[in-house]
Amino acid sequence: MSINTYQLLQKKKKNILELWMKNQLADEGLREDLISNEELRSQSEELVTSLVGNLSSDNFSDLNSDEWSPVIEILGGIAITRARQGFSPRETGNFVFSLKEALLEVLQEEITDSKQLFAESLKINRIMDNLSVVTFETFIKGREEVILRQTDEITEISTPVIRVWDGILALPIIGTLDSARTQIVMENLLQEIVETRSSIAILDISGVPAVDSLVAQHLIKTVSATRLMGAECIISGIRPEIAQTVVHLGIDLSNIITKSSLASALAYAFKVMRLEVRKVSTIQK
Amino acid sequence: MDKIPILRMGAFLLVTIQVDLYDRLALTLEADLVQMVQKTSAKGVLIDISAVSIVDSFMGRIIGNIASMSKILDAETVVVGMQPAVAITLIELGLPLKGVHTALDVEKGMNLLKTMIDFTEDDEDLTEDDLIAE
Repeated sequence: MSINTYQLLQKKKKNILELWMKNQLADEGLREDLISNEELRSQSEELVTSLVGNLSSDNFSDLNSDEWSPVIEILGGIAITRARQGFSPRETGNFVFSLKEALLEVLQEEITDSKQLFAESLKINRIMDNLSVVTFETFIKGREEVILRQTDEITEISTPVIRVWDGILALPIIGTLDSARTQIVMENLLQEIVETRSSIAILDISGVPAVDSLVAQHLIKTVSATRLMGAECIISGIRPEIAQTVVHLGIDLSNIITKSSLASALAYAFKVMRLEVRKVSTIQK
Repeated sequence: MDKIPILRMGAFLLVTIQVDLYDRLALTLEADLVQMVQKTSAKGVLIDISAVSIVDSFMGRIIGNIASMSKILDAETVVVGMQPAVAITLIELGLPLKGVHTALDVEKGMNLLKTMIDFTEDDEDLTEDDLIAE
């Protein structure tokens, strides 16, 4: 980029910002519900200042160079906040692309020689494209962090061990079972068995959407571990579709006690513990 | 050398493992226990492993072996008080200890043994009296 261009851009910083803001505000996808205009303005101003300030360096194409790190830092910060605030990828992308348009527009106004204009535009394009790639990378990273945090929360809240009766535990499993979750489920269940000295555990899988061979393997593991502890484990809540899949996959559940509903599992547990539930006849005087 | 004591309780043998088993100790226990089953013609063996926090595939196999050997000598084996971590490890090692009975604690293990063993044999009364006396 010739010295002229960057000086020009620095001089026209205000113009660029105004144009960019105009572009952003004119955009249909403007999310006033997520970010206020003032905030958007200060974000944009910060970025433009940093960007134009760094255009003075000779090194435009190599974004890994130190001169670019403040720009990337600011952009990364904006991208991550946007990911957390729930902006869509398109909206975040438009944020950067509209800046490119503003820059090009200013160039077009100021440079009359079409050859030079093309060369300069190409450079601006390259820089801005690189910056948008960085933005997307950080945006996705921010989204992934959100997802990871939610996964952790789900695993924490979704494995309660319920004491349904003295000596009977129930563990309703909701959601897909993977190795990590099975580990947590197993640990919680075994710990609770030790603490309550329960002899029967009911594993209710009515909330598990699908059972494949891996999930079945995990279930069998949990049942075997419970057995090793000296308690009996019943699997309940098996839906017809799951029974079909299990048989089609050739999974052997014959040495595991299975019941169709939690109620029948509980009835079985009562029978094993020699307990009886009876209806009390109302005495009329 | 260390030795794990084997206590006789009527028709049953009671073994409480209070230390972490190393291989040599486990092998000695296996030999001693089988000898003892034969000598006392015990009907049941109760192994309490509530103090064992570390287990490996060798230990798992020894417990399985003890159960099978006792079975041949007409004694049932009950393993009691297994810790959650130990149970998970054994499962992950692919050792579900088939053929070994389990119970949560010594009390429940004893009840299980009592229900399992056929008391219709001749020395039934004596055995039960012994148990109560002790």
